[in-house]
Amino acid sequence: MANKVIYAVYEDPELLKDAARKLVTAGVHVRDVFSPFPVHGIDPIIGLKRTRLGIVSFMFGIMGLSLALLGTWYMMIYDWPMNIGGKPNQFYYQNVPAFVPVLFEFTVLCAAHGMAITYLIRNKTLPGMPARNPDPRTTDDKFIIELRTEDNHGHAPEAITGMLRDTAVLEINERHY
Amino acid sequence: MHQESAIRPPLILGHKTYGDITADVSAPIENKAPTAWYVLITIAAIIALYGVACILYLFSKGIGVWGLNKTINWAWDITNFVWWVGIGHAGTLISAVLLLFRQKWRMAVNRSAEAMTIFAVIMAAVFPMIHMGRIWLAYFVFPLPNQFGSLWVNFNSALLWDVFAISTYFSVSLVYWYIGLIPDFATLRDRVKKKWQKNLYTLLSFGWTGNAKAWQRFEEVSLVLAGLATPLVFSVHSVVSMDFATSLVPGWHSTIYPPYFVAGAIFSGFAMVQTLLLIMRKAMKLEAYVTRKHVEYMNIVIMVTGGIVAVAYATEFFMGWYSGVEYEYYTYMSMGAATGQYAWAFWALIICNNLIPGLLWFKKIRTSFFWAWAISIVINVGMWFERFDIIVLCLHRDYMPSGWTMFYPSWVDVGTFLGTIGIFFTLYLLFARYFPVLALNELKSILKSSGESYKGDVLPKSQH
Repeated sequence: MANKVIYAVYEDPELLKDAARKLVTAGVHVRDVFSPFPVHGIDPIIGLKRTRLGIVSFMFGIMGLSLALLGTWYMMIYDWPMNIGGKPNQFYYQNVPAFVPVLFEFTVLCAAHGMAITYLIRNKTLPGMPARNPDPRTTDDKFIIELRTEDNHGHAPEAITGMLRDTAVLEINERHY
Repeated sequence: MHQESAIRPPLILGHKTYGDITADVSAPIENKAPTAWYVLITIAAIIALYGVACILYLFSKGIGVWGLNKTINWAWDITNFVWWVGIGHAGTLISAVLLLFRQKWRMAVNRSAEAMTIFAVIMAAVFPMIHMGRIWLAYFVFPLPNQFGSLWVNFNSALLWDVFAISTYFSVSLVYWYIGLIPDFATLRDRVKKKWQKNLYTLLSFGWTGNAKAWQRFEEVSLVLAGLATPLVFSVHSVVSMDFATSLVPGWHSTIYPPYFVAGAIFSGFAMVQTLLLIMRKAMKLEAYVTRKHVEYMNIVIMVTGGIVAVAYATEFFMGWYSGVEYEYYTYMSMGAATGQYAWAFWALIICNNLIPGLLWFKKIRTSFFWAWAISIVINVGMWFERFDIIVLCLHRDYMPSGWTMFYPSWVDVGTFLGTIGIFFTLYLLFARYFPVLALNELKSILKSSGESYKGDVLPKSQH
């Protein structure tokens, strides 16, 4: 039996959520959901774990702060101490208040850009990538549930489409791959 | 979780569907540009080119071609820098701070305000760079050991803090703006018919899919970047103010500067957003999205920050007088300023920044599109005078009367300033023509949650 992918098209995020809930309750595995804007509350229904991007950002922030601390210490205290306006340059802790703006800015710089780059890589959204959404209408006003027969060996494809017909579905498209 | 008010009008007027929002925002991109757009961009580009010519002339001659003198060694250059950075505060404030406060009305305003921010910060960065005189040595601001040994940049200096603050602010704002744009570029990619547009938006949309995980990550990134950008917004103008506050010039050496500058920046930034948005609203037929309510909310922010600025002026004026120090008699907020040779600049500031924006306390005026627009222009002028007054008035009465002088701008000063306005408008017009000017994905997400329970009879109840 050839593998099939089924796209169920909905017109409203609430209708899509109801349908997804129904399918998941019946034991059908929902592969993915495509929508023109975030559908709030869909993640637990289709079993998506929370993203760890926030942690990534925190780590990059810590990295930025450490680099900034090291850099200011090396340049201003260790390598070439300068007496500027009588500000103490003997010990780092005496001079550090004057470095706070730079420490802060560099922390934010690293946290923000580190997170943004990780986000783009994880989403596979990079310059030159082709469009990968199944239907061009999903970026306009349609909401699509993607199901695959290979994920749902316990259900016949006809049974799945039958279940979909019971929801407020607009159209059902099937594709072999 | 989410409580809907019965007396708050909906954020999007009319019976719009998701498709309507896409169609409305894509219309200017898909259709031919109106003649007015070509006229405006031609004018803006000519002014921009004149500014570029002035800057090139400056590079060939040195900054002696400006009207600076020994006493007044900062004038229009730094005035324009601070003015542009201030304007560049509204965008990130609207998108980041208002996101954290869950202010949903921001969604019709944030995209264009962020674009405005980015262009304004680019214009701001021009001035310190050309002010160096020898632009080819601009890399000296980076922490590199110079060629005479291992002498580093000075991390104690407010000017270096500025380098870090402005560059961080610019790059983070740019990334934040672009990440929000990616899904909207994808909408355009799937919609436009012309081949070159298809290629352009395919390239710009980075292959966005809009699947559930991508949206989950998108929301996380938006939230965390908002959290990072919020202290950044406040830090940037604080650092700019420290360029003055850490010096020893009477009138500049003042601990009130950081909060006062931040309030002033938001004040001027929102004014510039109003100036641009109210024109764009009409020109691009976005009346259903940018409503009277949006204008009123923005005017309320202007009133609050304008109030903070007014209190800061009063404090500076009082403290200068109360200190009894004669040098304080000629700071920008003093009897000397109010009655001296620069009285016109002092009163221009008071009238444009305090008296005329005070009219916004009347509900009739702050909910009027025309008056909101007119007052926003007055504020833009007033905030330029504020920076001019701070810089020139505090410097023009030096410690010795023999150094007392006036500042007269040269044609290069004027041309450079006008040129940056020209470049700014050129960029903004290009943005309005080729970019989705409203945040499509965000607007669609509030379409059904805003005003569903609205009970007012002025506007039709939005359909479910």
